[in-house]
Amino acid sequence: MDLVTPSIGLVFWTLVSFLILLVLLKKLAWKPMLGAIHERERSIEDALNKAELAREEMSRLSNENEILMKQARIERDEILKEAKELKDQILVEAKNQAQIEGAKLIEKAKIEINNQKVAALDEVKNQVASLSIEIAEKVLRKQFDDQKTQNTLVSDLLKDVKLN
Amino acid sequence: MYFSHILNFKNSSQRAVIALFLTFLSFNSFAKQENEAPANEVKKEEVAVSHEAKAEEKFDPTVTILEHIGDSHSWHLWGHTTIPLPVILYTPSGLEIFSSSNLMDAHHESTPYRGEYYTYFNEEEHIKILGADGKIDEELSSKLYDFSITKNVAALFVAVILILVVFISVAGSYKKRVGKAPKGLQSWIEPLIIFIRDDIARPNIGYKFEKFMPLLLTIFFFIWFNNLLGLIPIFPGSANVTGNIAVTMVLSAIVLIVVNVNGNKYYWSHIFKPNVPFWLLPIMWVVEIIGVFSKPFALMIRLFANITAGHIIVLSLISLIFIFKTIAIAPVSVAFVLFMDVLELLVAFLQAFIFTMLTALFIGTAVEEHHH
Repeated sequence: MDLVTPSIGLVFWTLVSFLILLVLLKKLAWKPMLGAIHERERSIEDALNKAELAREEMSRLSNENEILMKQARIERDEILKEAKELKDQILVEAKNQAQIEGAKLIEKAKIEINNQKVAALDEVKNQVASLSIEIAEKVLRKQFDDQKTQNTLVSDLLKDVKLN
Repeated sequence: MYFSHILNFKNSSQRAVIALFLTFLSFNSFAKQENEAPANEVKKEEVAVSHEAKAEEKFDPTVTILEHIGDSHSWHLWGHTTIPLPVILYTPSGLEIFSSSNLMDAHHESTPYRGEYYTYFNEEEHIKILGADGKIDEELSSKLYDFSITKNVAALFVAVILILVVFISVAGSYKKRVGKAPKGLQSWIEPLIIFIRDDIARPNIGYKFEKFMPLLLTIFFFIWFNNLLGLIPIFPGSANVTGNIAVTMVLSAIVLIVVNVNGNKYYWSHIFKPNVPFWLLPIMWVVEIIGVFSKPFALMIRLFANITAGHIIVLSLISLIFIFKTIAIAPVSVAFVLFMDVLELLVAFLQAFIFTMLTALFIGTAVEEHHH
């Protein structure tokens, strides 16, 4: 029975020492320890949260970069396409212009040629006229020599003149 | 629990030894009970004689074991070397303080000591007052309150000082190493503190757990350190502090008070207005009030019984050597004791854990908020 009979002395001293231990540890040990552990856990959590945020920011930025790259590529393609179109247009226009110009030149040349032709014909006519006059003069002179020959001659001449 | 472990051993010869020893132990305890009844009346000379006769005649393991797990007024180291401890008595006439060495003669037998007010005599570690005729005065003795610094009290002080030194130094390293990873003793203690916080306090108590952390931590480390010190067979261990019903009673009384002081209206309405038909209420009151006290009572018995049982088994195994009076049995005893000691290391932690855990659970039921 001794074993299960609490003795007053031990009860008293246990109570006293446990309460002293509780008070002292609470003040000197548990408070600073739990505080420090809590503080450190919070700072670790903070750091992890910050890292997570930074990661998100990074992925957001790289996403943006990709989008920008894509846009730039599209823009480049568009510019190239436009340039090509412009080049084609210029070529076509130049061709047309050249054709028109060419046609104009040909037209001018034709007119010139015509003019020259007319001028040349005129000159020929004039020459023919002066030749005719000379011939006429010679014929006239000859006519005065011989009527008959004169007549023949005139008719021959006239036949020649029908060249035109 | 412990016996089943031992009996599970396959070796049949070992089993036979244990069985033999167990029968021996039970016989002896019967014999002891019969002897005890008239012991109170015996005069001190007779007590001394019978003690001597016993020691010469036969080794009685029950006496030895009960002596070792019980409390004593001096701290026995080895052979005839003991540390005398202060005896503090509150007598009807006043306070008496003297050294326990006065109550012992050169042969370590009890001898009467004439104090300031009365003559005292240490009968089986109970200090009694002797009358003028040299016999124990039972009437006066019942008015004597013994507040001596016994072996258990001294061991308790050792444990308290050790705990204070350890934890104040660890707290110091928290101050020195702010925000850094724990190091040394600190990294050994910190997981335990976090374990108590995250696996005991928080899940059982809820969001109000912080208020109870100092109590839970103190209970846990107080029990654990005392359990471990009790396993050390030499000074300053060897005392059976947490296996003493007085110590566990104080701890569970503190739990009882803390739980009921912090009980909220839901806790009390559960006790006094449980959801039962009105004619059942008186029965329920009885049941619930018994429940209030039986929970800490179970705490008290559990810790006391577990630690005491462990000590008894270890001491019994050692006693085998003296029962068989042969050194040949020593290897068997040592092997078993080694096994038990390792098991006791686990039990030391487990019992501290269970006590803390159930304390947290009881506090949890008292502060729980119900949302109907």
